[in-house]
Amino acid sequence: MGDEWKQLYRNTEEYPPQHTGPLIFYNDLVIDHFTNPRNVGEMENPDGEAVIGDPACGDQMKVEIKVENNTIVDIKFKSYGCPGAIATSSMMTQLAKGKTLDEAQLLTDDDIVIALGGVPEKKRHCSLMGANGLQEAIKDYIRKQRSQVESIDEKSVSGS
Amino acid sequence: MRKVYLDHNATTPLDKRVFEVMKPYLIDNFGNASSPHQYGRIANQALEDSRRIVARTIGAKTEEIIFTSGGTESDNLALRGIAYHKRIKRIGHIITSSIEHHAVIKTCNILEKDGFSITYLPVDSQGRVDPDDVKKSIRKDTILISLMLANNETGVIEPVAEIGEIARENNILFHCDAVQAVGKMAVDVGTLYTDLLSLTSHKIYGPKGIGALFVRDGVELSPIITGGHHEIGLRAGTENIAAIVGFAHALKIAIEEMDIYQKNILNLRNKLESDILDRIEQVEIYSSKSCRLPHTSCMGFASVEAESVLLHLDLKGIAASSGSACTTGEPEPSHVLLAMGISPGIAQGSIRISLGRGNTKDEVDYTVDVLENVVSQLRNISSQWQIAEKKAL
Repeated sequence: MGDEWKQLYRNTEEYPPQHTGPLIFYNDLVIDHFTNPRNVGEMENPDGEAVIGDPACGDQMKVEIKVENNTIVDIKFKSYGCPGAIATSSMMTQLAKGKTLDEAQLLTDDDIVIALGGVPEKKRHCSLMGANGLQEAIKDYIRKQRSQVESIDEKSVSGS
Repeated sequence: MRKVYLDHNATTPLDKRVFEVMKPYLIDNFGNASSPHQYGRIANQALEDSRRIVARTIGAKTEEIIFTSGGTESDNLALRGIAYHKRIKRIGHIITSSIEHHAVIKTCNILEKDGFSITYLPVDSQGRVDPDDVKKSIRKDTILISLMLANNETGVIEPVAEIGEIARENNILFHCDAVQAVGKMAVDVGTLYTDLLSLTSHKIYGPKGIGALFVRDGVELSPIITGGHHEIGLRAGTENIAAIVGFAHALKIAIEEMDIYQKNILNLRNKLESDILDRIEQVEIYSSKSCRLPHTSCMGFASVEAESVLLHLDLKGIAASSGSACTTGEPEPSHVLLAMGISPGIAQGSIRISLGRGNTKDEVDYTVDVLENVVSQLRNISSQWQIAEKKAL
């Protein structure tokens, strides 16, 4: 009967629905980052760190970064949250690693979602947490650098 | 991949024996039960036979059973039907609880907007309503008390008979949502003192889209679906005879097999819960100190989020559910668990396992193995777990 039936549906692209395995909500890449999250863990003496989110709402993440020559050479995260939060945090670390601080500061939640090949609309807000976590960790690094410089300055002043 | 279904409070598969009795009414005996000719008479005979069976299983009279499209419609018909019928005289007051199914809570919310005043009673930490609270909440204009027999999330059995007696003494109508309880425990409209009682078919291995409301003889209410004279004018629309026949048969089987069902399933749940408590730390099983339906187990894991647990289980072929779902950006922990005073943090990590006739000891073993791995995997990456671990020390 040809393809006329497809015109019955507003968006022919949606039919037949594309399901991956038993799950209709997440694509394979998101599932991969959820089941095997990258850069999970903690580091000793991070150069910058941030904890964001509210555990009472079922969402919290911790990000730690190691910076050398203005470049994020290592990044670790831990997450208490839904599959969307875990997968977007994991992707965020992958995107951030190896980037200069300037480049990393431009990283947005959209970049994370695009890199994951899309997340369900209801899970969009999760990617915001990954992006914010990274920005807060970078801010923390910059703050620490400044206070170090200041304390060095103070020392040199008092020593003179 | 291995498949294990542990979500029987959501719905159950159709029993093959039920399917067999339904078959003739799908093709050959397709008549409209309102038609006077032979096709109609066959359908009407099946309809009235089914009504008699359903009535008998809950101790009601045949003419006190109204078939509906399921539990949600039955709850709506009871609440709106009584509210709107009574409103002719005055706007009234309704007492219900904070742990009811959404079919009751959301309907009460709407009645509230319509001018009725509603009291949502609190529950204790076990999820039980205190009959004394019901007594204290009764006002001069109270027209209805609505309380569920067993909770869908925790399985807790509410003191319905006591509350029904209070309603009767005060001459107030009493509705009981028995959707999760029927077929799993003895339900008798006489001993529960209920005037209205909601039932559904698909929770007891019957077809979906069919249920019933018991309306005690003499209780008057307004229909919410109007049209023909079906179901003594309380529910218009051509009766779904195949589904009704299936519902009645499913109920009959559930009652006949209840003893063996209760025993087997209780053994399975005891094993499930004791294995989980043995092998996973910082887990709480809710309402375990009170009387529960034998197949329902609701538990919370510290420092993990329920949807992540459920997705991992799903990837291993295990279907369970949660009361909470982070779907809107505003995570909504289960209203039942919050009403029980469980902190939102733990409620976020709560899942419900509801066992059924088909489940085996082997499946429980597999589930506990997977669950132990999943929870430890998620706790390893959880920013909350270290904090929780320290607290425990």
